[in-house]
Amino acid sequence: MALLGMVWTNLMRNKLRTILTWLSVFVALFLFVLLHGITDTLTESTKVGSERRLVTRNKISLVFPLPLSQYEKIKSMPGVAAVTWSNWFGGTDPVKPNDFYARFAVDGKTYFPMYASDAYIVQASPANGATSPSGVDPKLAAFFADRTACVVGEKLFLSHKWKLGQTIHLTGTIYPGAWPFVIRAVYRSKVRAFGEETMFFHWDYLYERSNRQAQVGIYTFSPADPSQAAAIGKRVDAMFENSEAATHTETERAFSAGFVSMWGNIPFVIRVIGLAVAFSIFLVAAVTMMMAIRERTNEFAVLKTLGFEDGAIFAVVLLEAGVLTLSAGLAGSLLAKFLLEKSGLPLPGFSTMIVHWETVALGLGLAVLMGLVSGILPAWQASRLRIVDALRKVG
Amino acid sequence: MGQIEVMNVRKVYRRDRFEVPVLDGLTLSVDEGEFVALMGPSGSGKTTLLNLIGGIDQPTSGSIQVEHVDTARLSSKDLAKWRSRNVGFIFQLYNLMPVLTAQQNVELPLLLVKGMNGKERKERAKHALDIVGLGERADHYPRQLSGGQEQRVAIARAIVTDPRLILADEPTGDLDKSAADEILELLAKLNSDFRKTIVMVTHDPHAAQKAHRLVHLDKGVLSTAGA
Repeated sequence: MALLGMVWTNLMRNKLRTILTWLSVFVALFLFVLLHGITDTLTESTKVGSERRLVTRNKISLVFPLPLSQYEKIKSMPGVAAVTWSNWFGGTDPVKPNDFYARFAVDGKTYFPMYASDAYIVQASPANGATSPSGVDPKLAAFFADRTACVVGEKLFLSHKWKLGQTIHLTGTIYPGAWPFVIRAVYRSKVRAFGEETMFFHWDYLYERSNRQAQVGIYTFSPADPSQAAAIGKRVDAMFENSEAATHTETERAFSAGFVSMWGNIPFVIRVIGLAVAFSIFLVAAVTMMMAIRERTNEFAVLKTLGFEDGAIFAVVLLEAGVLTLSAGLAGSLLAKFLLEKSGLPLPGFSTMIVHWETVALGLGLAVLMGLVSGILPAWQASRLRIVDALRKVG
Repeated sequence: MGQIEVMNVRKVYRRDRFEVPVLDGLTLSVDEGEFVALMGPSGSGKTTLLNLIGGIDQPTSGSIQVEHVDTARLSSKDLAKWRSRNVGFIFQLYNLMPVLTAQQNVELPLLLVKGMNGKERKERAKHALDIVGLGERADHYPRQLSGGQEQRVAIARAIVTDPRLILADEPTGDLDKSAADEILELLAKLNSDFRKTIVMVTHDPHAAQKAHRLVHLDKGVLSTAGA
C-alpha cells in the first residue's frame, strides 16, 4: 500500500462525509461552469456575423420594419456587391408553446448565397425537375419549388426527429394565423457561431399570407471592398436620412453584439454569483477538511512516530483535499459543459449554448485552488504536530 | 558504554506561564539486549523518558545517545529517519490505523524503506505477523480483533523493520491478565530470541518481573534500580 493508497483509504474512512463533501464541490463547480457557460454563450454570440457584412435596420429600433423599396436602392449603390433581407417571424408551436427556436423569413435566392461560407446544405428533398436560381446551391431546388418550404438547422432537425417533406405547424405571433411549413432542406453550419437551430422560409410566403403587410426586418449586404464598409454604411444611412424609414447601418458583428448589450450587467452578475457559490462551498470544504484532520490527530502522531516526515504528512493531507476537489470539480465542470451543449437547454434569443474549454479549465483551476486552500491549513497543522502533544500522554 | 546513554537529562514543559519540570538531571544506561522496566507513579516522568530515548521529544538539557547517536542534535527530518530505522514503538492503546487491515498496519513503516517493492513489503509484514502469531488474521481490521490481538499487531509493526531497540509504553495497560501475559511472553521472546533491547514503561509489578532490570522513577529522578 503506497501513499496514494493511504490517501484513498483515508477518503473512504467516512464515506458519507466524503460523498457529501464531494457532492458539495461537484455542485459548486457545476453551477460555476453552468453560469459561466451562459456568459460564454453571450460572449460567443457577439462573434456571430461577419465584420465584412453590414446590417441595416430601422434607425428608431429593430422592432420597426423597413420598406422593401430600399432593397433596390442599396443594391444599386456603388461598392455594394450583394444584398439580402430577412424578417423575424416569431411564432410558436401550438402543441409545444415553449419549444423556442429562431424563425426567419428570408429572400432565399439572395440569402443563401450570402451565407454560403457559413453553412451548407446536407439534406434536401428531391428536385423533381425543379431548379435553383442562378448562384444558389442546386440542392435547394425543392425549396424554391415550394412556397411553403423551409430550411432547418441539422441540430434542430435531429432534436425534433423531423423528416424531409414533413409539414410542421406554427401559430403566428407577429403575423397571426396558422402557418404550415414543409421541410425541404437541412443545413449544417461551417462556423459554430452560426448555429444549427434556426428555421428559414420564403419571405414571399410571409408577404402573401400577411396580406402584403410584411416588410423587411433588416437588410444585410456585403461591400465589394471590405475596407470601404464603414464609408458605404454611412452613405446608406445618409441616403435614407430624410425618408419615412431612416436607417442605422453597422457591421453584422456589431449588430449581434447589440443583442448582448441588452443584457446589461447581467453577465457580470452571473459571474459574481458563480464565484460566490464556489466560494461558499469552498468554505464548507475547508471546514470539513479541518474537522477530518482534527479527528486523526492521533494517527498523524503515530505516523510521525514511525518515521514519516513532516513533508510526507503534509503531502498526504493535501492530496486528500486535492483528489476530492479535483475529481468533483472535473465531474461538475464536464457535466455542466455536456448538459448545456448537448441537451439543448435553451437560452432565449440565443440558439446555441456554448461552454468554452477555457471555462472548464477555469473550473478545474478553481477546484485545484479549492483543494489547495482547504487542504493547506490542515496539512500544515498535521505536519507541524508535536508528537508528544498529539499522543496526549505524559507519564 | 551502553546502547542507550541518558546523561544528566532535564526536561521542563511549559504550561502557559508555568514551567513544569518532569525530568531533573536523570542519568541512565541501558546495554544492548537488555529488557528494562521503567516504573513509578503517575507524573514521575516514565513516558517522558521513553519519548526522549525514542527521539519523539527533545530534552531541555543533557544528552541522550542511542548507539552513539546524539539524538538531541539531530534535525527533525534526520530524527524521523533515525526513528524509522532504529526504534520500534508499542503504545498502551495500540494506535493502529482503524481503516487499515492488520497487514497494512504492519506494512506502514516499510513504506519508508527505500527500494522495497510492494511484494517484499507484503512478505515482510506477513513474516512479522507470523512471529506474533497473527498470520491468519492479516486481512482483519483492528475492530475485528481483540485488544490482545491488536497489541500483537502493534508489536509486529514495531519489529517489521527489524530495529534493535523497542520502546513499549504500558503495553499491557489496557489488557486483561491473560492477554497481558501473552504480550509479555512475546516481548520476552523478542528479547531473548531476537536480541531486541526493550525499554518498557509499566505500572504493573507483574509485568515488570519479566524485565531484567527495574528502574524506578519518582518526581523526575531515579529512585532505585535493580536487577
